[in-house]
Amino acid sequence: MDPVANLEGVGVSLGGRPVLRGVSLTVEPGEVLGISGANGSGKTTLVRTLATLQRPHEGNGSILGVDFDTSDLVSVRKQIGLIGHTPALVPELSLRENLTHIAKLAGIDVARVDPALEVVGLDEAGDRQAEAASFGMKRRIEVAHLLLRKPRFLLLDEAVSGLDVSASELIGALIETNIERGGATVMVSHDSDHLRAVCQRTMYLTTGRLEVAT
Amino acid sequence: MSFWSQALEIARVDLNVERRIGETMRVVLPFAVVSLIVFPLALGLQVTVIGQIGPAVFWALGVLFGMQVALRQSAADSPERRDLQALVGVDPAARFVGRTISGGVLTFAFLIALFVAMLLLYGPSLPPGSVPALLLSSLLLAVGLTELGTLAGEVTTGLRSRTALASLIVAPLALPLVIGASQTLEALIRDESILPWVLLMMASGLALAVAGVALARPLEEAAR
Repeated sequence: MDPVANLEGVGVSLGGRPVLRGVSLTVEPGEVLGISGANGSGKTTLVRTLATLQRPHEGNGSILGVDFDTSDLVSVRKQIGLIGHTPALVPELSLRENLTHIAKLAGIDVARVDPALEVVGLDEAGDRQAEAASFGMKRRIEVAHLLLRKPRFLLLDEAVSGLDVSASELIGALIETNIERGGATVMVSHDSDHLRAVCQRTMYLTTGRLEVAT
Repeated sequence: MSFWSQALEIARVDLNVERRIGETMRVVLPFAVVSLIVFPLALGLQVTVIGQIGPAVFWALGVLFGMQVALRQSAADSPERRDLQALVGVDPAARFVGRTISGGVLTFAFLIALFVAMLLLYGPSLPPGSVPALLLSSLLLAVGLTELGTLAGEVTTGLRSRTALASLIVAPLALPLVIGASQTLEALIRDESILPWVLLMMASGLALAVAGVALARPLEEAAR
């Protein structure tokens, strides 16, 4: 089976400053790969590169069988789910409206929104305005939209930082469901102990270079 | 989801957000009306002069504050939202069209409200039957300004000085729209055909629409 992600000697520069250097890695279907590293080591840039949201300036690779240099990444992106540092919500809309908006843009039946809110425990708090919601609630909405979209490649960038136990368990369940579907997950965190507990394999990113964690 | 469904969904949410925060009608419009009041005060309340300059002041303020509506904060997506839209398959061209629809509606409503305020404050004598032509030129100005503002917003996405830079891009490129809109009224006053000016505005709007749709994806990818 083809790898879900394959990077070979990838380098990324931001504002003329090299952030990733010669990064090579392969993520197989069903795998949960953990990547740790200090602040500023390039973890988020690596996640964005894997999500095809950041183009590498050197090296090559493919995500879900499609090369980086292809002009059409739209079909690949639809199969990628990302939870980043900052929840991507419209602050003026309620949590339910945010989820409905994303469902509509993704072409998902909006009748699935309320059941998804129930799964993440927001069925009663769904009408709360996003800017008045707690960080954990916003994270739950992101989990809900990934439940609706069912991406094959899950990218979690510090996704459990600042979450309570039940919210962390939701993310754990999301990863398990993805494994059952044959999808792959890359989990990024500065907490290497947590990664070792959750992931099958961990790597360490230091000043833009990726090493196998010891 | 189809191109048009995505565009309409983006427009719907933009208008919903605007309804809640009221940036256009509760912030930009009052400032524009205050500016309308300042002109007669500066001219020393000469009633004849005020009546003559009313439409010109309306178009000038309409463009200046219309740019602010087109570049309003609620139409600027955060980087996280842009990433999410890319991952759910939003076509950047659909986002451009959606933003143009929502911005066009808001700018048109803003221009109408400003025009009514100008009529009340300046009392200009307009030629009979000029209202439909003024509505048409206001609509074309609103659409053109929004297209320009949305395009400039895309070009300057992620830049710290986005609002100032985008305004600098919009102001000179809006000239054909301003000339077309102001000359429509002048043509009505001189009892001439308004068609050349309406066609100028329509051509500008069409060119901007084509540029916006064609450049949306390359601009989005160039920013990555």
